[in-house]
Amino acid sequence: MRNAFATTFYELAKADPRLAIVVADISPAGSLEKFRHEFPERFVNTGVAEQVMIGMCAGMALRGLRPFAYTIATFVLYRPFEFVRDDLCYQNLPVTVVGIGGGVTYSTLGGTHHAQEDVAIATALANMAVLAPCDPLETREATRWCAGQERGPVYLRLGRAGEPVLSGEAAEAWTFGQLRYLRRGADVCLLSYGPIMRMTLEVADRLQHEGVSVSVASVHTLKPLDVEGIVTALRAHSHVVVVEEMAPWGGLGPRVKEVAWDAGARCRIDTFSLEDAFRHVYGTQGDLLAAHGLSIERILARLERAPRGRKTRARASRSR
Amino acid sequence: MRAPFDGAAARRRCLAYRRRILDISQQVTALHVAPAFSCLEMVDVAYHGLMRQSADPSLFLDGFLMSKGHGCLAQYVILEDLGILTKTDLDRYCTAAGQLGAHPDYGVPGIEASTGSLGHGMGIATGMAHAERIKGSDRCVHVVLSDGELQEGSTWEGIMMAANLGLRNLVALLDLNDFSGLDRMSERHPAFYPVVDKVRAFGWEAACVNGHDAEAVHRAVTSRVGDRPFMLVGKTVKGKGVSFMEHVPIWHYRSPNREEYAQAIAGLVEVSA
Repeated sequence: MRNAFATTFYELAKADPRLAIVVADISPAGSLEKFRHEFPERFVNTGVAEQVMIGMCAGMALRGLRPFAYTIATFVLYRPFEFVRDDLCYQNLPVTVVGIGGGVTYSTLGGTHHAQEDVAIATALANMAVLAPCDPLETREATRWCAGQERGPVYLRLGRAGEPVLSGEAAEAWTFGQLRYLRRGADVCLLSYGPIMRMTLEVADRLQHEGVSVSVASVHTLKPLDVEGIVTALRAHSHVVVVEEMAPWGGLGPRVKEVAWDAGARCRIDTFSLEDAFRHVYGTQGDLLAAHGLSIERILARLERAPRGRKTRARASRSR
Repeated sequence: MRAPFDGAAARRRCLAYRRRILDISQQVTALHVAPAFSCLEMVDVAYHGLMRQSADPSLFLDGFLMSKGHGCLAQYVILEDLGILTKTDLDRYCTAAGQLGAHPDYGVPGIEASTGSLGHGMGIATGMAHAERIKGSDRCVHVVLSDGELQEGSTWEGIMMAANLGLRNLVALLDLNDFSGLDRMSERHPAFYPVVDKVRAFGWEAACVNGHDAEAVHRAVTSRVGDRPFMLVGKTVKGKGVSFMEHVPIWHYRSPNREEYAQAIAGLVEVSA
């Protein structure tokens, strides 16, 4: 995803002199190094100084540029939080805040580097749009949208490098603000975003193997949320499942339950998220997710208990 | 070219501005009179002596940020004088019918960024100045800082980056009145000093003058070498111009009552350098 972002940004910025990137001491991966070499004034490294990274982006946007702030998610959003809020959101400036390593991507670096609340925090900010593509292809689409938009600030949550392509077979194009079906089915609908979509699709594979008809949708735009699309999904399926690599509150799961209540939905809803806890575990990203109770087997075990094939009264199971 | 800076005219303007700010103080129960009075001459110099106007007299080519947002009355009365804000705007200060609050808000005529939370202006100004360079423009950005604001690490992040980028089109005006909201800096935070040495050590050109001497401020800024960002450290008096407000912390955020207002108006004179 990091390389897809870099390649897309480089291609766009070659043609659009308003595009600039301000990083805080993170190595310019892939094509960003080329961009730095070719356009040194539009590539700024503030060093280990995130507040001025955001402040400079605000000043540059106020003077007509379209800057991107770019570093590890915890440092692009948490460290300079009040600058993101006041400088970008309060003034409603078209600045893209790119967070690398959303969720527990940095699984060997400890909790200081886990952005496990980023979506909740970013969506709480007025004017902020929140995008979380699930793979390199969606990263490309999201980056294009960010570079061309005049709407206001965006938090673009990315993973790291090397994620597999998951949306190559999607029948629908990526559209800002609309959930996107990667698979269409009739019984269960899995809603997810970000790289944990890979686990979600594996859950879908297992369910399909058991004869269940499964939809999978990428909710890549978390704010503004596609409420209409969620309602349609709730009405069209007897069972809706949310899988997210985010804290249990403030993310997609609770929002889907709110929408379901407002819409009077009658399907079963299960939500899976990170736990409300810091996990002092080091290993693969899968190890970290497992430490938070997220694995294919554990998701399936809980879903197995769900009655299927008929529309039951909305029963929202407790989020993990 | 501008006419030479007229110090006597600046003193007359600032007397009228102080009177206008005291008038406004009678509309609301709390506002930052003393912080506006300490930076008033420097803001006056920026607008009347430093910033270049565009063909449209309501727009300046050069930029201005009130990073010490709580001093914005100094900016508002000057914007009114320039016709960028209206008398009605100022008469409706801090009322639901108006558009002016106790901190500058982006979108209001003449206000280039929302400030008020201290420590934001230097970073924004650095981004603006760098953007002008990217665009190939020679536009300059002026930013008024408070001394308390230099306690914020973010201000030093901006100071360091502006020097790293060699932003010669950035001019900071530091209102060194020796008071933060609660304490006298020299008493409670003596390590804050020396300021000018710190700024120079961070790669800036700097000069220190009496911040109420408009001619001296103007001379210091316009005679800078200009090969790097420049900071004018203006030694000032919080509450300058009203004897009972000077150096008295409570006037950081208090409006004079009717008697105090009358006393202040009666005692107002042109501030002499």
